[in-house]
Amino acid sequence: MKPDTIYFFGTCLIDLIYPQAGVSAVQLLQREGVKVIYPQAQTCCGQPAWNSGYRDEARKVARAQIKLFPKDLPIVIPSGSCAGMMKTHYPELFKGEADEAEALQVANRVYEFTEFLVDVLQVDLKDFGEPVAVAVHTSCSARREMGVADKIEQLLGQLSKVEVKEQAYKAECCGFGGTFAVKQPEISAAMVADKILHLRATGATQLVSQDCGCLLNISGAFAYQANHEGKTAPKAQHIAEFLWDRTQAAEEMKS
Amino acid sequence: MSTEFRIDVQKALGKTEVRAHFRKAMDTLMTNRRNQFPDDAALQALRHQAQAIRANALSKLPELLEQLEAKLTAKGVQVHWAETTDEANQIVLSIMQKHQAKSIIKGKSMVSEEMGLNHFLEAQGIEALESDLGEFIIQLDGETPSHIIMPAIHKSKEQISQLFHDKFPDIPYTENVDELTASARRILRDKFYTASVGLSGVNFAVAETGTLCLVENEGNGRMSTTVPPVHIAVTGIEKVVEKLSDIPPLLSILPRSATGQPITTYFNMISGPRQADEKDGPTEVHLVLLDNGRSNIYSDPELLATLRCIRCGACINHCPVYVRIGGHSYGTVYPGPIGTILEPQKQGLKVHGELIQASSLCGACGEVCPVRIPIPNIINRLRYDSVRKDTEHTPTFDAGTKRKPLEAAIWQGWSWSASHPSLYNFGGTVATQLRGLVPNKVGAWTNVRTAPQLADKTLHQQLKALGVDHE
Repeated sequence: MKPDTIYFFGTCLIDLIYPQAGVSAVQLLQREGVKVIYPQAQTCCGQPAWNSGYRDEARKVARAQIKLFPKDLPIVIPSGSCAGMMKTHYPELFKGEADEAEALQVANRVYEFTEFLVDVLQVDLKDFGEPVAVAVHTSCSARREMGVADKIEQLLGQLSKVEVKEQAYKAECCGFGGTFAVKQPEISAAMVADKILHLRATGATQLVSQDCGCLLNISGAFAYQANHEGKTAPKAQHIAEFLWDRTQAAEEMKS
Repeated sequence: MSTEFRIDVQKALGKTEVRAHFRKAMDTLMTNRRNQFPDDAALQALRHQAQAIRANALSKLPELLEQLEAKLTAKGVQVHWAETTDEANQIVLSIMQKHQAKSIIKGKSMVSEEMGLNHFLEAQGIEALESDLGEFIIQLDGETPSHIIMPAIHKSKEQISQLFHDKFPDIPYTENVDELTASARRILRDKFYTASVGLSGVNFAVAETGTLCLVENEGNGRMSTTVPPVHIAVTGIEKVVEKLSDIPPLLSILPRSATGQPITTYFNMISGPRQADEKDGPTEVHLVLLDNGRSNIYSDPELLATLRCIRCGACINHCPVYVRIGGHSYGTVYPGPIGTILEPQKQGLKVHGELIQASSLCGACGEVCPVRIPIPNIINRLRYDSVRKDTEHTPTFDAGTKRKPLEAAIWQGWSWSASHPSLYNFGGTVATQLRGLVPNKVGAWTNVRTAPQLADKTLHQQLKALGVDHE
């Protein structure tokens, strides 16, 4: 059964750098007849500190978040990484704490955005965009923590003019890894260099992902090579923004 | 600021030929493994079973070790306990001295690498010769293994050809792998006949029956354990399993995860020295059980999972970091993801603490681990241990020693602001703070990428303007 109201957790990366992805995700949800609640006091899921070993600091931030979702409604997050943090790591982070039950309550209601569109809302998308060749980068957290690796392809499969091009080493990490990219920049750079090599080889002119961390890394590397070496760079977008752009045209044509 | 580890990494990343070689080798291993498990449901069931077997054994480790010792002793195997690698080396040496042995021939054993046994014995005037082909090759070149099951994987066929020709000038230069293998076999055959002591590792030690199981492909393990009159097996205390019936599932998943073979060419089950009515086999068998930090790991319920490892190397084969930097960059006996969690626990965070940062936490290791060790979770736990204040609550050596005042202050500041969003504009503050987190390393991000651009209006602002409800 489709829920009529959901909470939306936008993630700090989208808030600061990719707000259009968050706006598009909210608009897509609203178009499906779902009322969206965006608690304005939300900040960050706490993952950067959690993955850096600063658990007390992470918990303090996470504790502020779990209080924002009091009603028994799904919490939709446009990121496999942040969704994975809340769903799989909040139970560890709050183990033995006074508010453990509250944290588990939140964890159990978390959905990654594409998972929610496909499995819960069962959206039916109409494509009114131009023909385009698209490469998909699925984040490691969406793939392995959330187990939603196939959702973007399922959504793109509904779009008649989108051709999905599969890159070599598709399931391999792009090298972002949060603080990994700054603590071990050489290894991270080697990983993203290979990733964009394989992506470019597909000939796709568009790249989509469900995670803005990966996009920041991959599109940053593409842009650098475009600026310094004159190489081609596909347009990189969060899947929500890509879907909204192509299917919103259909809405306009209907009206 | 570049650390020693990062300098080694940069050197390794610069060796494009070796990197291409690693990539090809790891691709083959990953494909081989995938082909062995066409049915994912069956694979997951087997992983759960293998995990349960290993977890069960660890849950009764002290009892099972005593049972193993009793069973082996009853069959005439001499069991030795070593808390440290020094003790283990001394035990091997005293056995050698008792037999006035001047040489030892070795089957492949990572525990002997852990002990630094070859160098130790050589310093005592004893020749220690590796008989596993990969180990033989790297020993010729004075190197250490770069992979736990394929120790010479970093070497090309051409390098090995040249190495053989340099070390054995009477062998004509050839790049024919069969001829090279035949030469090694001929050289080693003599050594097997003349060495008075053979050494091996142990893959599984069965407590119920007192059986030492050894998995191998070249037959050198069987030769090392049967031809010389004395056989010494060395192993970590975690390798014990409860029952003989635990072996088939483990034997089913180990080679398939490791090399993608349905089964290894040889599987040895060693039950004791030669009996009066037997015509061959060693007259003396010893087992050295090494702790070397394992009891410490054992004492923590979360870290304990580290000891489930059956040393297949699948985590290494699937690691996007290992495939790029190779095994030697880690500077440890065990490289890759398993080394990343094992070595800091064994040797302390001061020495190997940086390894836990050399992971993007992509999870590929945990996904393929045949005994379902949650490697990324353990990395996360060790990162916590490395900076935690309540260090008495963890057995991890050197806990808290990676806590730096500046970094801790930055995370505290971040934590305060991200938990008090209403006091000021959250976005701008966080962005500024995270930029301050690693000021000397932002340059590294922009060495290969453009700098992130902050949006004009945050999502908070845009959704508010669009009238999206906030409660």
